[in-house]
Amino acid sequence: MTQTKKTSLTLGPVYYLWDAEKWRDFHFRIADEAPVDRVVIGETVCSKRQHFIEPHLADVVERLESAGKTVILSTLALVTLNRESKQIREMAEVSEHLLEANDLSALAILKDKPHTIGPLVNVYNAPTARLLAGRGAKRICLPPELPFSSVKEIVAEFPDIDFEVFAFGRMPLAISARCAHARSKGKIKDNCQFVCREDPDGLPVRTLDRQSFLALNGVQTVSHACQSLLGELDHLVEAGVRSFRLSPQDCDMVAVAKLHRAVLDEVVDADEGVAKLRQLYAAAPLANGFHHAKEGAVWVARTRSLQAAWPA
Amino acid sequence: MLIPPILSAPLHMIPIPLIERICRLMFGRIAKAHPGLFERLDEHREKRFAFLPTDLPLAFVVVPGKQEISVLRQPVDIVADAVTEAPLFLLLGLMEGRCDADALFFSRDLSVTGDMEAMLAMRNALDASNIDLQKDLAKLAGPFAPIARRVIGEVRDRALKDQMKPAGEAAAWN
Amino acid sequence: MELICPAGTPAAFHEAVDAGADAVYCGFRDETNARNFPGLNFSREELRESIAYAKRKGTQTFVALNTFMRAGSEEIWYKGAADAVALGADALILADFGLMAHVAEKYPQQRLHVSVQASASNPDAINFLVDAFNAQRVVLPRTLTIADIARIGKNIRCEMEVFVFGGLCVMAEGRCSLSSYATGKSPNMNGVCSPASHVRYRKDGGELVSELGEFTINRFPAGEAAGYPTLCKGRFDIADSNGYAFEDPVSLDVMGELEALKAAGVKALKIEGRQRGKAYVAEVVSTMKAALNSPPERRAPLLARLRSMSEGQKTTSGAYEKRWR
Repeated sequence: MTQTKKTSLTLGPVYYLWDAEKWRDFHFRIADEAPVDRVVIGETVCSKRQHFIEPHLADVVERLESAGKTVILSTLALVTLNRESKQIREMAEVSEHLLEANDLSALAILKDKPHTIGPLVNVYNAPTARLLAGRGAKRICLPPELPFSSVKEIVAEFPDIDFEVFAFGRMPLAISARCAHARSKGKIKDNCQFVCREDPDGLPVRTLDRQSFLALNGVQTVSHACQSLLGELDHLVEAGVRSFRLSPQDCDMVAVAKLHRAVLDEVVDADEGVAKLRQLYAAAPLANGFHHAKEGAVWVARTRSLQAAWPA
Repeated sequence: MLIPPILSAPLHMIPIPLIERICRLMFGRIAKAHPGLFERLDEHREKRFAFLPTDLPLAFVVVPGKQEISVLRQPVDIVADAVTEAPLFLLLGLMEGRCDADALFFSRDLSVTGDMEAMLAMRNALDASNIDLQKDLAKLAGPFAPIARRVIGEVRDRALKDQMKPAGEAAAWN
Repeated sequence: MELICPAGTPAAFHEAVDAGADAVYCGFRDETNARNFPGLNFSREELRESIAYAKRKGTQTFVALNTFMRAGSEEIWYKGAADAVALGADALILADFGLMAHVAEKYPQQRLHVSVQASASNPDAINFLVDAFNAQRVVLPRTLTIADIARIGKNIRCEMEVFVFGGLCVMAEGRCSLSSYATGKSPNMNGVCSPASHVRYRKDGGELVSELGEFTINRFPAGEAAGYPTLCKGRFDIADSNGYAFEDPVSLDVMGELEALKAAGVKALKIEGRQRGKAYVAEVVSTMKAALNSPPERRAPLLARLRSMSEGQKTTSGAYEKRWR
């Protein structure tokens, strides 16, 4: 790989509601062992969950930073309530950390303050990236839905912005005001009793013909298949993408990070890497269809055959 | 609101080739009056569209781009890209854009199978075309014109009468 | 309050104008708008004629350019904006920041409305769009309660338009990739959700099975009202039970809340349905217009007859009512 600048790995925020201790220990281990350059932390999906991690937030930030990781604070993906807006405003005022915008309101509040853009903000073209960069965005994680042709176009226009792509994890496909997760367990959002905690990797949604399809994560819907661009890293780097996001799933994310680092460093060959990744996260099939401008659920083999395979 | 046997009976007795010629006559007339139809059908104009009235023992297969219509007696195996089934008066209503296809689909009065994109293009092209059978066919010429006008007129009048009853389906014929 | 009505064809446009629409919204026949369906929408010439007709009747025309510009092909959207402005559109309905920036800079006099696809769901977000692009109106996401809307109205510097009838997105609009996950085509990029090209209906015994791409979306027993093969309104298996995981096949109807919406400061009421036929447009627009002109207690019977035209033949007040969540 021809690299003018070093590639880096970003660990995205944990989208799922994990037990607080699990969440803390997960990040401790990331701090100690994972070759990631930066870590985005903080509740992103549902403001009701926020209090779970708060007791451990300071410890986690400290541990990550002493390990040399950059810490970025995530913000909510769907802001509708007053207190949610207020919280982002307060974070922007007091925090010494970079904030990551996941919703329009954060973009408004973070204007002229250095910040990053998460994969849930609609950046589909260069003029939008230009606008965001002009308002202070330092790194932009492009939406998982974006095909490689668009990634290439956007990155080519702004060699100075650090563009990131969503390289590993179940794809965040949708978010709703309604909580399908709570509903599926006979609860309503306002009295959900945090039933989403029972499913640390999402609650599977299958079709009536028993095909694995989606997973519920509170108000968020994620894909059943796990996006992996491990086989496309070389092309992405060639196109000028410098940063790769790994979105935490309930698996050995340290190993996942090491594997991505190894493939980026050309220590492990991409095909071998993909085979290893399938073992590391066997809960879901891998998919890379979005990258190839196909159905997000399909896997396109590295041989570049046009034959896309549907998950079994 | 099915077509009563009284009305369908004469159609039984009309030979298929004659019905076909009448349909072609009608189709030619409509095509001439509404050229926008083909523009909206775009890449779908060469596809085979089958219309099966659920209350008539006939099937109509249309290839718009070739101005081709075949009429078959049901039951028969239909070879088509897209198939629409509904009572005849609803099919005619759809042709004139007087019923909303989505509403009829929701209520299960209409069923569609096959190439949905082609079907949707057809639905939208028809809906955009302001086809008015009475008006469009008034100027129908040729030896079969009187029969065509009579059959269409009867079906339409009948449907209109039936349609006045329930407020339902938005399918107000007029 | 203004009544904003959909038109997918010039024929529907005329029906909407004749039925008393205050404004009609429509789009070009390409990927620049979120109803990019086969056979639907307007050529430049058709839009010119339609706008002229609307102007004669004192009706406004809004042109939706509410998909996200494909990187490298921005010209298609810029051309759409230029033509809509030149043809005399009263407002452009936009979702993409890049496009909003372009329009605000090139056509500062042009009225700019924020599409629901932009997902501006709170005062900070809306004021950002007002400040950055001089947006004059925001179409609010269907994820808000009426209380939310009232609160937003007090804190923003532009008009509010809300959906009151028609299709209902369960997910935050403009932020949903469910369709492209299954079909490769999305509302944001291609202007289609669960596109017809990927829909198949088949009969299995007595059931009507709807499939999207490789996935089964629903099975309707004989006689049961059907819905669009939209992912978020499909029936799925979760754990040991099956049902509508996200939402039933229903459509939105908040006409019962007109007084509350007015009190919340809503300026315009929007009817969804550019993909529906002209018969639907005529019926819904005239009924809604009559309802708006009637005292509250007389509205219910007027509106009841619209239910049969709705998806699943049922309606819901959706997120406007808090319990829906």
